[in-house]
Amino acid sequence: MVLMDAPLVLGIETSCDETGIGIVRGRRLLSNTIASSMDEHARYGGVVPEVAARAHLEALQPSIDAALAEAGVTLADLDAVAVTSGPGLAGALMVGVGAAKGLAVALDKPLYAVNHLVGHIAADILDADAGELEYPTVALLVSGGHTSLLLVRDLTTDVELLGETMDDAAGEAFDKVARLLKLPYPGGPEIDRAAATGDPAAIRFPRGMSRASDMASHRYDFSFSGLKTAVARWVEQHEAAGQPVPVADVAASFREAVVDVLVTKALDACARHGVPRLLLGGGVIANRRLRDVALERAAAAGVAVRIPPLRLCTDNGAMIAALAAELIASGRRPSTLAFGADSTLPVTEIQVAEDPDAEPPTLRAASSPRDGAAS
Amino acid sequence: MIIGIDTSLGTAVAAIARDGEVLADEQSANPLGHAEVIGDLLRRATAVVSAPTHVAIGMGPGPFTGLRVGIATARVYALGRGVPVVPVPSHDAVALGVLLADALTGVDTPRFAVVTDARRREFAYSVYDGIDDDGLPVRITDATLSPRDDVDERLSDLGAVRIEATRVSAAMIALSAARALAAGRTLAGTEPLYLRSPDVVAAHAPKRVS
Ligand SMILES: [Zn+2]
Repeated sequence: MVLMDAPLVLGIETSCDETGIGIVRGRRLLSNTIASSMDEHARYGGVVPEVAARAHLEALQPSIDAALAEAGVTLADLDAVAVTSGPGLAGALMVGVGAAKGLAVALDKPLYAVNHLVGHIAADILDADAGELEYPTVALLVSGGHTSLLLVRDLTTDVELLGETMDDAAGEAFDKVARLLKLPYPGGPEIDRAAATGDPAAIRFPRGMSRASDMASHRYDFSFSGLKTAVARWVEQHEAAGQPVPVADVAASFREAVVDVLVTKALDACARHGVPRLLLGGGVIANRRLRDVALERAAAAGVAVRIPPLRLCTDNGAMIAALAAELIASGRRPSTLAFGADSTLPVTEIQVAEDPDAEPPTLRAASSPRDGAAS
Repeated sequence: MIIGIDTSLGTAVAAIARDGEVLADEQSANPLGHAEVIGDLLRRATAVVSAPTHVAIGMGPGPFTGLRVGIATARVYALGRGVPVVPVPSHDAVALGVLLADALTGVDTPRFAVVTDARRREFAYSVYDGIDDDGLPVRITDATLSPRDDVDERLSDLGAVRIEATRVSAAMIALSAARALAAGRTLAGTEPLYLRSPDVVAAHAPKRVS
């Protein structure tokens, strides 16, 4: 890889509650700036779209300034701008889309509108310590907003959705069960803390979408709302009987049910597609138990597991910039300016609105004179 | 040269010279699709401008999702060009347009209210009375929400004629900013004129399932 010729890309990510601005030069991470509105959502027990969108608007400029300072580059140095077009919360996405268009027009630089989920996979290529990402690979993306199982044959051209959640995302299930157990938001770290002293085998909670009848049509799909209801019923029955609720055991058993179904389906996908590689991504990967069980069972199955650094697993702009840098390196043309936010963008659409009339960017060598500053 | 951007109703981008000459005036009347059209409108409107000095932003009131698209685009475009932003209440731009049109035809404009749809069976209105020495509308009442059925009574109490607006001119946003800059005045704060808190309630105890 010739770093000198690698494009300098600024990525904007606003699909949920993190305003992410990332700057990469090709596969080299220069800045990963994240402003989160998580604290503002805590009293509502979940992400409130309007609160998130307002926070994005206020966080944009300071985040861009901070990212440029950290990367030690100026806006005029950029080769391209990248932005998440979807999937995600529509109103939140639109803030990033507007910002990215404003920046691209101001700088007269190409704009790449990309898929958030594929961005989570691209986070892996920014890991300087990991070897080259090998294809095909199965990817399991788990966060508060999504739970998806993907088959990645090529990052920029061929990503297939194997399955996704039919109702709640796994992270949402953690938040809801935390509330049942009177634990604060966000639920993931709280459930983890409570589960530390609990017995994961104390209560056998259901594994959603895992019955023989489900496996025919929903082999790789997930469902967590039934699990949440099962936990609620179990807790209510104990309270009704006047018994204290063993919070540690409930938390550990609930977490085990989530982890079990995630890892089982991911490794099943690896086996059925003959793919000995599994990539994990999304904020819920921060869950230690999920990583431990995945590593242990994958090793037993002869599957190699890749986990990007955790700060690149949560939503961020660096992964969006990284995906765009790969698109540029593979000769893809920029997007038109006519795309919008697509809250249900399918994972097969890795780039949105590629412009058939545009030229792919030509990359300058580091030694050639810089273009004049746009301002 | 000043770029004006407003997405409080449709999507509008304009460029004017400091003396008010309109150099470009691009708009889409579609009340939705702000994110889709803003980039092309901005590119076309700014193609005629070699060196903008300011970006004037319509701060609403307007439906939040669309309104934010214009503000986000304007703020980051200004950042990219290294120029300051000038926030303008969107109703001020409508009022300026009304007053200038009447002045051209020699009509004496009565006290009036700019009224725009605020959804949820409400209107947003701002009341104006004449134009001041800086060439800016005299705002009597800042943007306020009213139930639709009450707005006429409120306006008659205020002695204001109702003027319904379905679009906001980005050229008038830019002209309002030019006149405010010339007079050293600030027309709006940096916060969008949401007028409403996010529509959420604090988490309650989980519902029973059994
Ligand atoms: Zn995500």
